[in-house]
Amino acid sequence: MEMTSYPDEGQFCSGHVACAGCVEALALRVILNTVGKDAVAIVSPSCSAVICGANPTSSVKLPVFHTTLESGAASASGVKRALLARGKPDTTVLCLAGDGGTYDIGLQALSSAAERNEDILYVCFDNEGYMNTGGQKSSSTPLNAVTGSTPAGKTTRKKNLIEILAAHRIPYIATCSPSHLNDMAAKVKKAKGIRGTKVIVVLIPCLPGWGVADNGAVATARRAVESGVFPLFEIEDGVTYRLNSETRTQPVERYLSLQKRFRHLSSEDVERIQSNVDEEWQRLRSKVDADGRI
Amino acid sequence: MANRLLLSGNHAVAWGVRLARPDVAPVYPITPQTPILEKITEFHSQGDMDTELLTPESEHSAMSACISASLTGARVFTATSSQGLLLMHELLHFASGARTSIVMFNVNRTPASPWGFWPDQLDSLSQRDTGWIQLYSESPQESLDTVIQAFLIAESAGIPTMISHDAFYVSHAVEPIEVPSQFLVDDYLPRFEPELRLDTELGRSFGAPIDQTSWNRSRRELAAAMAGVDDIVTSAGQRWGEATGRSYGPLEQYRTEDAEVVIVTMGSMCGTAREAVDTLRDQGVRVGLLKVRLFRPLPATALRQALEGVPCALVLDRNYSPGLGGILHQELKGVLWGVADAPRVHGLLAGIGGVNVPSSKIQELVGSYRDAAPSFEPIWVE
Repeated sequence: MEMTSYPDEGQFCSGHVACAGCVEALALRVILNTVGKDAVAIVSPSCSAVICGANPTSSVKLPVFHTTLESGAASASGVKRALLARGKPDTTVLCLAGDGGTYDIGLQALSSAAERNEDILYVCFDNEGYMNTGGQKSSSTPLNAVTGSTPAGKTTRKKNLIEILAAHRIPYIATCSPSHLNDMAAKVKKAKGIRGTKVIVVLIPCLPGWGVADNGAVATARRAVESGVFPLFEIEDGVTYRLNSETRTQPVERYLSLQKRFRHLSSEDVERIQSNVDEEWQRLRSKVDADGRI
Repeated sequence: MANRLLLSGNHAVAWGVRLARPDVAPVYPITPQTPILEKITEFHSQGDMDTELLTPESEHSAMSACISASLTGARVFTATSSQGLLLMHELLHFASGARTSIVMFNVNRTPASPWGFWPDQLDSLSQRDTGWIQLYSESPQESLDTVIQAFLIAESAGIPTMISHDAFYVSHAVEPIEVPSQFLVDDYLPRFEPELRLDTELGRSFGAPIDQTSWNRSRRELAAAMAGVDDIVTSAGQRWGEATGRSYGPLEQYRTEDAEVVIVTMGSMCGTAREAVDTLRDQGVRVGLLKVRLFRPLPATALRQALEGVPCALVLDRNYSPGLGGILHQELKGVLWGVADAPRVHGLLAGIGGVNVPSSKIQELVGSYRDAAPSFEPIWVE
C-alpha cells in the first residue's frame, strides 16, 4: 500500500465540524497544506463552508472570504485582481466550492473566469448533490441515484463538467480522489505553479448522502477510481490528456453496491451504467492516446 | 489646472473615475450606462488608467468581484443600470453587510417588463433597503464631482455608495464640464488603506456564519455607521467646494426662503423645477425647490427643518411603487410625522416611464395644488 506523504504544516486544524469519517476534511487537509501559507481562500456555501467553521472559530489557517453560492469564481477573480493591484501577484487564490456551486448555479461565473483565464485555483468538492441541505440532486448527480429530490432515482446522466472546462482551453484541469492522496498533493502542487485558471474536481463520497458506511468513504472513492466511474486524469490547455490510473480492475457493480442510493437498481440498470462507464472510458482513452493531436 | 471639456454625463462620470484612480473595476455593458464602460476601457487602453479591469459575463459577477476586491483592500468602481442593478440585488445586501467601500454609478432606467430604456428611478429606489448610500445627481458636472466625493464617502463610512443620474436627460446630455486636475483630486482623495482586509499577513476572514446576537450586532453597527453618513456627505461636499468652488450637501434649497410652495424632487427633474421656480418667482409666486441629493441615509432632520412651517410641499416622483405611490412621497410623509407645523404634502407621479415633464407642466401643477387638500392616493400627472 502506498503511504501518504505531504508536508503537514498544520494549515487545517482539528476541531472542525465535518461529519465523522468525512473525506472532504481529509482532502482539505492535503490541499491546504500543499497550497501553503501564502494564499487566500474563497468559500461558497457548501460543506466546505461549514467545515471551515462558524465565526469566530476557523479550522483553516488562511484568510477566508465566505461568498454567495453562485459567485465563487467571480469572487476569486476579484481577490486576485486586488492582490495584483496591491503588488502581491504570487499569493495563491484558492476557491473552494461544492458541485452545486460549480456544476449548477456557479457554472456561469466559472465559465467566465475560465474564459478570462483568471489566475485562480478552483477546487470543486464533488459529492454529487446538495448534501449540505440534506441531499438533493444537482446536475452532478449520476444516473439512477436516489436523492431527496429524485426519490425514484435520477433519470438523466451526470453532467460532464470536465469536458465543458476543457472546451475553455484553460491551462490545467485535474480529477482527484481522497483514496489517492499523493496524487492529489502532486496535482495541487502542479496547479499552484501554473498561472491562469486551474480547476481540480475531487470526488467526495458523502456518508449520509450516498448511504456509505461511516468508515467506507475512502474505500468507496477507491472503487470509483478502480472501476473507471471516476478516472484520475489531467488535461493541459484543454487538449493534452493524461490518465493517472491506466487500468480498470473492478466492475462498476462493486462500486455501486457500497452505496444505499443505488440499492434499488435492477441488474439491467447496473448493466446500463456499466455500459455507460465503458463508453466514457473508451472516449477518455482515445483522447489520452491522441496526446493533444485531437 | 482644471480643464474645460465638452462631455456627456456618462463621459463626465468616466473622467471622475479616472481621476479617483480605482485599483479594480469590473464592468458589464448595458444601455444607457455603456458609454461609462467604454470611456474607462479607452482610458485604460491608452495607459491613462492603471486599473485592473474585469469584463465578466454578468452584472452579478461584476458585483461579486467588486465585493471581494474591496475586502482585499482595493479601491473599486463599477457602473450599471436598470436590469443590471436588479440582477445584482442579492449582492447589494451582501456588499453593505460585508462593509465594503465600493462606488457604483447607476444610470436610472425603467425596469422591464415591458422593455424600455427611459429615465425612471424605480431601479435604484427599489434597492433602498440594501444598505447602500444613495446619491442622486442632476447634471453631468454634478455627476463628475459626486463620483469623486463618493469614494471619500464610501471609504470613510465603510458603506458602499451608489450614485444615480437619469437616463439620457443626464447620461447623454453634453455640456461644458470642469475637469479638475489630477493633483487636486489626489490631494482631496487619499489612498484607500482599510485596517481590516483579506491579507495573508493579517489572517482576517469575512462572512463566516454567525449566531443571532452577532448578526443583530452587525446591523446595529451598520446603523451606527449610517448615522454618521450625513456629516460625511456634508463635509465631503464642503471640502470639494473649497477645492473647486462647487459645494454640495445632502439637500439643496433653492429660493425656499419665504416660500409658500416647495417642490421636492430628485435627479434631472431638479433642473426643470429650478426653471419653473424662476419663472413663477418672476410672476410673484412664492415657490422654491428642495432637491434631495442624499436619499440613503435619508437626511431626516434636515428635511424636517427645511419643510417645517412651509404651507405646501409638492413631491415630484419619477418612480412608482405599485400599490402605494411615489417613493419619495412616502419617505417624506414618514419624515414629517410629528412635525407640528408640517406642510400639506401632495404626491405627484410625474414622468413615470420617462415621459417628458416640461417646466410649464410644473408651473401648472403648482397652480393646481398650492391651495388644494392633499390626497392619500397618488396622483398621476397627465
